[in-house]
Amino acid sequence: MRAALFVTCVNDALHPRTGVAAVRLLERLGVEVDFPAAQSCCGQPQYNTGHRREAEPLLRRTAEAFAGHRYVVTPSGSCTAMVRGHYPRIGRLARQEGRGGRLEAYAEDLAPRVYELSEFLVDVLGVTDVGAYYPHTVAYHPSCHGLRGLGLGERPRRLLAAVKGLELVELPGAEECCGFGGTFAVKNPDVSAAMGADKAAAAAAAGAGVLCGGDTSCLVHLDGILRRTGSPVRTVHLAEILASTEEEPLV
Amino acid sequence: MTTRGTQAADGPQAALPGTPAFPEAARRAVHDPVLRANLRHATHTIRGRRARAVAELADWDRLRAAGKAIKDHTLRHLDRYLVQLEESVTAAGGTVHWAVDAAEACRIVTRLVQATGEREVVKVKSMATQEISLNEALEEAGIAAYETDLAELIVQLGHDRPSHILVPAIHRNRGEIRDLFAREMGRWGRPAPDGLGDDPRELAEAARRHLREKFLRAGVAVSGANFMVAETGTLVVFESEGNGRMCLTLPETLISVVGIEKVVPTFRDLEVFLQTLPRSSTAERMNPYTTMWTGTAGGDGPSAFHLVLLDNGRTDTLADAVGRQALRCIRCSACLNVCPVYERAGGHAYGSVYPGPIGAVLSPQLRGTGSPVDASLPFASTLCGACEEVCPVAIDIPEILVHLRERIVQGGPATREGVRVRIRPARGHAAERAALRAARLLLDHPGALRAGERLLARARRLRPRRLPGPGRAWTDSRDLPEPPEQPFRDWWAQRERQDRTPRRQDQAGTP
Ligand code: SF4
Repeated sequence: MRAALFVTCVNDALHPRTGVAAVRLLERLGVEVDFPAAQSCCGQPQYNTGHRREAEPLLRRTAEAFAGHRYVVTPSGSCTAMVRGHYPRIGRLARQEGRGGRLEAYAEDLAPRVYELSEFLVDVLGVTDVGAYYPHTVAYHPSCHGLRGLGLGERPRRLLAAVKGLELVELPGAEECCGFGGTFAVKNPDVSAAMGADKAAAAAAAGAGVLCGGDTSCLVHLDGILRRTGSPVRTVHLAEILASTEEEPLV
Repeated sequence: MTTRGTQAADGPQAALPGTPAFPEAARRAVHDPVLRANLRHATHTIRGRRARAVAELADWDRLRAAGKAIKDHTLRHLDRYLVQLEESVTAAGGTVHWAVDAAEACRIVTRLVQATGEREVVKVKSMATQEISLNEALEEAGIAAYETDLAELIVQLGHDRPSHILVPAIHRNRGEIRDLFAREMGRWGRPAPDGLGDDPRELAEAARRHLREKFLRAGVAVSGANFMVAETGTLVVFESEGNGRMCLTLPETLISVVGIEKVVPTFRDLEVFLQTLPRSSTAERMNPYTTMWTGTAGGDGPSAFHLVLLDNGRTDTLADAVGRQALRCIRCSACLNVCPVYERAGGHAYGSVYPGPIGAVLSPQLRGTGSPVDASLPFASTLCGACEEVCPVAIDIPEILVHLRERIVQGGPATREGVRVRIRPARGHAAERAALRAARLLLDHPGALRAGERLLARARRLRPRRLPGPGRAWTDSRDLPEPPEQPFRDWWAQRERQDRTPRRQDQAGTP
């Protein structure tokens, strides 16, 4: 099977480890991975901040970059939700506002082919035990787009539960937002930081050494708070844990 | 006092006076430990109970869809149902008045009270009368309005503002309430008993005795309504203390001020909301007191009934294809109780009687986006979607938030006072617009993006602990991420250049 990796702009620029881990994991599971170099950002920051028209060229770029691929996999719940949930709306509004139907066709064509990593593993590849090894105590933060936007449900936790050596602990208030919310983090910094601090405290209280999630942006926000407060809890992306093996453990 | 002014583009009504934009107002609440503890305790308790009450119904999703459908249908034919309602109410012996805005509604009510010769009225908790600041208008005319709902009484005695739709005094704890009762009750009527404790029962008993003399004396009651039935002219109020029923049955004159979106076509439609509203709001299977009244009946209840139908920005909201779904709201407050932003910011930060997620989409539509607080409300959300998930009429609040953000930053068409206008982009977003545009240009040119990423990687040792300008909002409370040595696309390109067959394991290492 072939799949294209949509690495997302945040992973590309700030957290390449997530993308590298996704490649290692998928190849280990026998997937032939492509990385179309024309990809960049899904346009989520523009769209969510109210600059919908600024997101249109990025929609076109993303759709063109992945035009030939049956499966597009991305280690990001929020970018998947953007493509699947909001691209069709952006396309429809563009048509209604007289900017042609191309964008809408692009959106409708791409949306059903994009998969969040855990969806791709569980639903398309049909695996929950990916042969990973990670001897740490882990709490999982489902993040809003994965939880409510995509309805990922138990998929990520099932994948983690099958990891050798890993102890999965319950995160109190797991379904609550971490407070990142794109530009919310800088537009409403006090509320954002208060929400993040509560999430970080919940992970520490749960006895986790590692706070795992499927969205790098949430993790960057939480990591920033954990470090500022000197907490021993680390943030690690789901892809990194699943890529870790006994032969090549994640340190 | 909210009045509709003459501003051309947007913002015909003011927010509550003295309300700063949301981020500033929220900052105070976030750093008030007592307030935060009160809010957290209250919202988490009710949140858990609501989830259990809803889980008991196997057909919740269908009830939710039915509620949405009834409301959407009514809104689509609102003109027809309002005329039918007026006919039914009139036929049953009531009188209908139409109020285009808050000022007109206040004038009508004041005139009706004055015509009875009374100097005081008892009130059933009502969002509509809060919205139009009726108590203040009556006071100006020398009429005292007494709130009879326990939480509203607490707010009124404290010269405070409500901070929650259902539990207006949610921001107060028991000790604060005891002190308030002991200090204030005597000034308005029967004083609190000596040595009043902070046990909820004791507090409720003090309120009951204080209020009873008001009920027995009152000649006029003012209420809102949760629903109005077009086919029968029936109005419905849900409440849990019984004070509402006293107000709705004892006085000679009853005046109900109700938003035009509260109408439903048939009596049978109530079947759905009788199930969804109590479970969503107070987590009860059935509402303790559901009072229905239809016009007047000789010798039973009030002998005069007036219905004031309030527009106050609702038809303008109805004209917006995305925003109009906010008019489905049945004011259950479930969205407030699950909102992580409301939980930290408190209700007052929203600068309106409608706080929380629904307030963030309703207030800027009813009032326009002209004031700083109204222009900041659509941004007072992380778009986490918890509000939409619990809403019993399935309002897609995140969609409206993004829609309103667009109107604020880009400008766009809107309807104000029945006239199609073009909103200009709000000030203060120009720098952001430039930054996002620059980012978009960069992102649309992967070659330039790659160069930028490399520059970032090379400058990684320069990473400051605190950023200047808008970046400070991040670094004041969070560390910056450490830039990687190599962006992903460089790692990939390097790997591609090397012989991919046979691929060696160690090439897939961390960059
Ligand atoms: S928006 Fe929905 S959840 Fe919020 S108060 Fe209205 S009906 Fe209730």
